[in-house]
Amino acid sequence: MIKLNLPFDTAKFKDLKAGDEVYIDGEIFIARDAAHKRLFDLINENKPLPFDIKNATVYYAGPCPKKEGFPIGSVGPTSSYRMDPYTPALLDNGLKGIIGKGMRGEKVVKSIIKNGAVYFAAIGGAGALYASKAVSCELIAYPELLSEAIYKLTVKDFPVIVAIDSKGNSIY
Amino acid sequence: MRIIDTSKIEETVYDLALSACVSVTPECEEKMRTAESVENNPLSLFALKNMNENFNVANKTGLPVCQDTGIACVMLSIGQDVYFTGKLLSDAIYDGVKRAYSDGAFRKSVLDPITRENTGDNTPAMIYTEIVSGDKVTVEFLPKGFGSENMSKIYMLTPADGVDGVIDKIVETVKNSGSKPCPPVYVGVGIGGTFDKCAYLAKKALTRPIGSKNPREDVSKIEEEALKRINELNIGAQGFGGKTTALGVSVEVMPTHIAGLPVAVNIQCHCVRAKKAVI
Repeated sequence: MIKLNLPFDTAKFKDLKAGDEVYIDGEIFIARDAAHKRLFDLINENKPLPFDIKNATVYYAGPCPKKEGFPIGSVGPTSSYRMDPYTPALLDNGLKGIIGKGMRGEKVVKSIIKNGAVYFAAIGGAGALYASKAVSCELIAYPELLSEAIYKLTVKDFPVIVAIDSKGNSIY
Repeated sequence: MRIIDTSKIEETVYDLALSACVSVTPECEEKMRTAESVENNPLSLFALKNMNENFNVANKTGLPVCQDTGIACVMLSIGQDVYFTGKLLSDAIYDGVKRAYSDGAFRKSVLDPITRENTGDNTPAMIYTEIVSGDKVTVEFLPKGFGSENMSKIYMLTPADGVDGVIDKIVETVKNSGSKPCPPVYVGVGIGGTFDKCAYLAKKALTRPIGSKNPREDVSKIEEEALKRINELNIGAQGFGGKTTALGVSVEVMPTHIAGLPVAVNIQCHCVRAKKAVI
C-alpha cells in the first residue's frame, strides 16, 4: 500500500506503476467539464488561473450539495474522456496529477509521459465513500457553475489506483 | 371511480426520491457482494471492495450512494378508474422531485440542452405513463445517472438478423462501453414495438429486480445467453478486468412490424437505484 501526501509528494510520481493501490492525503482540486473549459480559455488568453496549478492534482467530479455534518456531499469521479481536449494544456502548465475514471485518449497519454504526470482512477459510483474521506472543502472559483465549480478538497486515505503511470503504462 | 388528489402523488414521489438516491436495491447489493466474493483479479477486487464499502457508508450516513443522483425517471401505471383532483399531475410530480432534491442535498443535474443552463431544481422529471385496469396508481422512481445512460443504444435491425443478431447487439453495446458506465452494469433491453416504444421497454426493464426472469421462456433464454456472453468480456468492475461485467440482463418484448426488429439497450451502472409504491 502506497501513501501519498499531495502536493508535496509529486516527486514520487515517477516511481508509481500502473496498477498500484494508492491512498492520498492532502489537497486536490475538484474541476469537471465547465470548469475545464474556463481554465483552458484562460490558458489560451495568457491569463492567471484561479489556483496554483504547478504540481497540483485535479479531481474530475461534480459533488452533491454539502450535507449537514460533512465538509462536502457525495463526490465520486466522473468519466475522464470528456476532459481530454483540455488536459494536455493543463499538464503543460504544471498540472502533475489527475484523478478520474476510465480510459484517456492518445494525446493525453503522450502529454502524461512528456510532463511526468500520473493519471489515477478513482472508483466510479463510490460517492458516499469519497465524501467520507474528505476533511475539508473550500470553494475556489465559479460558484455560478453549481456542482461544476472549482473546490479545493482536503482528503485523508482517499483510495485510488494508478491507471496511467508517468511512463505511459496503462491498466486499461 | 376513485378520487385521488395529486398531492398524494407529490408526497409519494418525494418519499421515493429521498430513499432511492441513498441506497441501492437489495438485489443489487446481494449481486455486488457475490461479485466481490468470487473475484480474484486484484484490481477488480479493489474496486468491488470500495464499491461495497460505499454502500455501507451511504447506509450509515444517509449520503447519496453516487453524486450523480440522476435525472428523475417517474413511471406511473394509472388505473383507468382513477380520477385525479388538485394540481396538474405533472406539476405534482415535479414539485415532489424539487423538494426531494433540495431536502436530500442531491445534485441538480438537469439543464437546457442548447444553452446548458441548469434548471436549478432537477426538473423536469421524465414522466412515463401507462393506463391499466383498476383503481390503483403504481409509482416507480428511478434516479438515472448519465455515465451509463450515455452508453445506451438503439438499433433498428432487420428481421433476418433474428435472435442471434439481437444478442450480438446487446453484448456489443456493453463491450463498446468498456469502463465508462461504472460496471458491473445492469442491462435493460427492449425488443419490438416502434423506435420510441422499444427504448421505453428497455428503461422499463430496468425497474425489474435484478435476477428476475421474463415469464416467457424464449425471452428469458435471451437474458441468460446475453448475460453469459457479457461476463466473458473480462471488462469487470470499473473496467479493471474480472469475472463480473454485468449483474443482470432484463429483456422486455412487444410485437413489432413485419419489416422490423428494433432493439434498445439501456445501460445502468452498478448503483441500481429504484423504488416503488402503490397508491
